[in-house]
Amino acid sequence: SPSWSGLNTNRKMRADGDDSLYPIAVLIDELRNEDVQLRLNSIKKLSTIALALGVERTRTELLPFLTDTIYDEDEVLLALAEQLGNFTMLVGGPEYVHCLLPPLESLATVEETVVRDKAVESLRKISQEHSPVDLEVHFEPLVKRLASGDWFTSRTSACGLFSVCYPRVSSTVKAEIRQHFRTLCSDDTPMVRRAAASKLGEFAKVLELDYVKSDIISLFTALASDEQDSVRLLAVEACVSIATLLPQEDLETLVMPTLRQAAEDKSWRVRYMVADKFSELQKAVGPEITKNDLVPAFQNLLKDCEAEVRAAAANKVKEFCENLPEDNREQIIMTHILPCVKELVSDTNQHVKSALASVIMGLSTILGKDNTIEHLLPLFLAQLKDECPEVRLNIISNLDCVNEVIGIRQLSQSLLPAIVELAEDAKWRVRLAIIEYMPLLAGQLGVEFFDEKLNTLCMAWLIDHVYAIREAATCNLMKLVEKFGADWAQNTIVPKVLGMANDPNYLHRMTTLFCINALSDVCGRDITTKQMLPVVLKMSEDQVANVRFNVAKSLQKIGPVLEKITLQNQVKPVLDKLATDKDMDVKYFAHEALSGECLPYEYS
Amino acid sequence: MVSDIISTVEFNYSGELLATGDKGGRVVIFQHEQESKNRPHLRGEYNVYSTFQSHEPEFDYLKSLEIEEKINKIRWLQQQNAAHFLLSTNDKTIKLWKISERDKRAEGYNLKDEDGRLRDPFRITSLRVPVLMPMDLMVEASPRRIFANAHTYHINSISVNSDHETYLSADDLRINLWHLEITDRSFNIVDIKPANMEELTEVITAAECHPHQCNVFVYSSSKGTIRLCDMRAGALCDRHSKFFEEPEDPSSRSFFSEIISSISDVKFSHSGRYMMTRDYLSVKVWDLNMENRPVETYQVHEYLRSKLCSLYENDCIFDKFECCWNGSDSAIMTGSYNNFFRMFDRNTRRDITLEASRESSKPRATLKPRKVSTGGKRKKDEISVDSLDFNKKILHTAWHPKDNVIAVAATNNLYIFQDKIN
Repeated sequence: SPSWSGLNTNRKMRADGDDSLYPIAVLIDELRNEDVQLRLNSIKKLSTIALALGVERTRTELLPFLTDTIYDEDEVLLALAEQLGNFTMLVGGPEYVHCLLPPLESLATVEETVVRDKAVESLRKISQEHSPVDLEVHFEPLVKRLASGDWFTSRTSACGLFSVCYPRVSSTVKAEIRQHFRTLCSDDTPMVRRAAASKLGEFAKVLELDYVKSDIISLFTALASDEQDSVRLLAVEACVSIATLLPQEDLETLVMPTLRQAAEDKSWRVRYMVADKFSELQKAVGPEITKNDLVPAFQNLLKDCEAEVRAAAANKVKEFCENLPEDNREQIIMTHILPCVKELVSDTNQHVKSALASVIMGLSTILGKDNTIEHLLPLFLAQLKDECPEVRLNIISNLDCVNEVIGIRQLSQSLLPAIVELAEDAKWRVRLAIIEYMPLLAGQLGVEFFDEKLNTLCMAWLIDHVYAIREAATCNLMKLVEKFGADWAQNTIVPKVLGMANDPNYLHRMTTLFCINALSDVCGRDITTKQMLPVVLKMSEDQVANVRFNVAKSLQKIGPVLEKITLQNQVKPVLDKLATDKDMDVKYFAHEALSGECLPYEYS
Repeated sequence: MVSDIISTVEFNYSGELLATGDKGGRVVIFQHEQESKNRPHLRGEYNVYSTFQSHEPEFDYLKSLEIEEKINKIRWLQQQNAAHFLLSTNDKTIKLWKISERDKRAEGYNLKDEDGRLRDPFRITSLRVPVLMPMDLMVEASPRRIFANAHTYHINSISVNSDHETYLSADDLRINLWHLEITDRSFNIVDIKPANMEELTEVITAAECHPHQCNVFVYSSSKGTIRLCDMRAGALCDRHSKFFEEPEDPSSRSFFSEIISSISDVKFSHSGRYMMTRDYLSVKVWDLNMENRPVETYQVHEYLRSKLCSLYENDCIFDKFECCWNGSDSAIMTGSYNNFFRMFDRNTRRDITLEASRESSKPRATLKPRKVSTGGKRKKDEISVDSLDFNKKILHTAWHPKDNVIAVAATNNLYIFQDKIN
C-alpha cells in the first residue's frame, strides 16, 4: 500500500526474514511516532495491525496499550474511538467484544467533546454485539461506572448509553438504569444535566409507557424548569419525542403545561428553541392542541420582543400553515397568522424580515389565487422594495411559488426596479446573488420580457470591475443560452460579446474569450466556427500577453466543438505561432493546447 | 527584569493550583504540596508545577500595532477530568490551555533495539506491541484552542460562565460571548462604542459572570458605575437590567473625582449575593438587590487623597488595583503602594495593612501590621505618607477558595501567606 510511510518499497526483500511482517512492524512502531500524521495513519490501519497480531494478542497486548494512549492528540483519539467501534471480529467475535470496553471507557472520559461523542457512538454500536448476559456482566457495569464517575465528562458520556442497554436487560437492572438516569438529571453540573436533557427523548422511547408517564414526565418537568436556561431549552427538544409517545388524552395534562411554560419562558433562548422546533411540536401534539394552544403561542412568538425569536418563528410560518388541519386552515391563517405576518413585513430587524421573505411566497400555494392577489401580493411588493438587499433577494429567489399560483406578470412591474437596483448594488456579493437568479427569472418571465428589460443588465455585468461578477456573468450567459437556444444567442448576445474583442481595456477583451469558452458548447459548431473562431484567432495578435495565452487556452477549450479540418487548417498554425511567442506563459499554454488531452491526435 | 513582572494571579476552584501570568507572556503554575507529617503546623507549600510560554509578542500589520505578550488575565475552568484547563489572555487573543500529567511511557520498538540501534528490518520474525512502563511524572501544558480576532480594543477581562460552556471577554468598548469549543465565532453582547468616537465618555473597565446564574453578568465603567445585564432578556445586552451607582458627594468634588471613581475591578462574592468594586481609593461592597448605594465601603489608602496631584503627574492615579473575596465572603483583600496590601473583615469591620517584601516577610515568620501615619506626629513603627514608595505597587492578589491562604504579587515577586494554625 502506498501509504505505508517510512517504508522503502524499492528495497529488495531478503528471503530469510518474514517480509510480510515488516510493514506491520512499521505500522506498530509508528503508533508512537512523533509526527501526528504518521500516528494517525497507523491508527487508521489498526485493523491491519490487529489482523497480523491475531485475536489473542490483540486482546492481551494491543488493547491494553491503546487503553492508555489517551494522552494523544484529539484527531488520533477520534480515529481510535471510531476504529474500535468496528473491532468486534478482530478481538474474536461477539464472545470477546467486551474486551473493547476498557479503551472506549477511557476515551469516553476525555475532555474533547467530539472524541467523547465518537467513543459513545462506538460503545452504542458494540453494545448490540453483546449477548444479553455479557451486557449485564460487562456493559452495564461500565455504564454505572461512567454514571457515577468523579468527573462530569464521564457522567455526560453515560447519558448516551442508557437507551441502548435498557431494552435488553432484566427488570432489576432496568430499575437501576432508571435510577441512574434520574440521578444524572439532577446532577450538580449543568453539563451533565444538559447531556441528560438531550438524551431524555431517546431514553423515553425505550421505556415502558407506564414509566414514561411516571419517571420521564417528572424528569422532563424538572429539566424544563431548571435554573439554567441552557438546560431548559434542551427540554423543548425532548418535548417533541415525549409528546409523540403519549396517547393523545394524556398530552394535555402531562406535556402541555410544560410546553406552554416554555413558550413563555423568561429567557429568549428557550422561546427561540420553541420557535425553532415549532413544526415538530405541531406534528407531535396533533391538530386539536395545535388549534387551541399552538396557534396563540405561535402568534406570540411572531410578536416576541426578541428579534432572534421572531426570526426563528418567521422561518416557520409556511411550514406551520401547511401543517394546520385542512378543515379550517384558511380561516386560521387569515384571522390569526396573516395579521402577524403583515406586521413582520415592516419589522425593525432585517434578519426577521429576511427570514420571512424566504418563506412568505410559500403561503400563496396554501391560500390560493384570490387570497394571494388580495392579501399576499401587497406584502410581496412591499418586501421587493425593502431597504435590505437580502430581503429582496429572498423574495426573488422564491418567485417560482407565486408563479404557479398567480403568474409572475402580476409582480413584474415591481420586480423590475427591484432587480435593477440589486444588479447595481454597491456590494458585489449582492450583485453576485442576483446574477445567480437570472436564469430562473428568465425562464419565468419569458424571452420577450427578458430581451426588453434584462438583457442590458446581463451584458453590463460582463464589464463589472469585480472579477467574480464578470465570471458569474459569463456563466449566466451560458445558462441563458441553454434556456433560450442557439438562435437567440446568435441574434442577441454573441454579437455583443464579440464586439468586446475590440475594447481598449484588455480585461474586457479577455472577457470575450471567457464568454466564448463558456458559450461554444451550447452555441454549437456552426456559430463557434463561423463567428467565434475568427475573433479568437485574430486576438492571437493582441499586444497583451495575458490575452494571447488566453487565446491558447480558449483554442484548447473550443477544440472539441470544431471540425478536424478547421483545427488543422486554422487553429494549428496559430498555436504553432504562439508556441514561439516571446512570452514564456504564452508559449507554455500554446504547448499545452497543442498536446492537450482533448485533441490528442488532431495535431499530431 | 521587566518581563518578570507578575500581571495576574489566580487560584483554581479547589485551591490546589495557583497560576500567575507575567509581562513576558509566561504562565507559571504552582501546586500545593501535601501536608507533611513532620510539620503539622503548616498547610504545605506551593511549588512550581508547570511553566509555559502562553503568548508571544506579535505585530498587527494591518494596523501597524505591536501586540504585547503580557498576560492580562487568567481564569481556570471547572475541573472536568484528570487534566486542568485555564484561559489566558493578552490584549487581543485568548487561549485555552490544558495542563496534564503523564506518568507512563511506551517501550519496545520493532525496528529498533532498546538502546536505539536500528535492527535489520529483514530479520523480523515476530511483532512486538509496545508496553507501557511507569516513568517520572511529567507535566505538560498544551494549547487547545485559540480565540482570536474578536477584539478591536484591549481585553481587560475574561470570565467563565457557570453553565460551563461559555465565557465572556471584555475590552474597552465591547463584551463578547464565546462558546469554549468554538473559536471561529463569538457573539457581541455589549457594544458601547458611539457612532462618533469623539462622543466617547466612558469605557468598560471590567466584567464578570455571576457565579451561579448563568444568564447574569456585570460590567463596570470608568465613570464608577456598574451595569448588571440579564442575557435572558435579549440577544443583545445593550440595555442593562440593573444600574449601580452611588450619588457623588458634591462637597468632595474635584478635578480628580472622575478619575478616582473609575472602577478597576469587579468581583461577585462566592454566594452570588454581593459584588465588590475597587476604585482608586476604596473598595465597595454592593448588595445586588440595592442599586443606589453600596452596603459597605472600605477606605484603602485615604491618606492619598491629598496627594492626588502628584499621583496624577506620575500616572499612578491610573493604576488598576484588583480586589478579591475570601472563601466564605467574610473578608476582602486589595492592594496598595509600598508593597502594602489591605484586608478587611466584613463582620468586625476591622482592617489591617500588611507588607509583602523580602525584608518583612521571612519564611514562616508572622507578618506585622503596618501603619501609615496620617496626622502630624509619626509614632514609632509608623511610616509617613511621604516616604511611601509608589513604584512598589500590589495590583494583583488572590485568595484560596477554601482556606486562609493568599497569594500576593509584588512586582516580580509572588508571596504566599497563610493563616497560622494553632
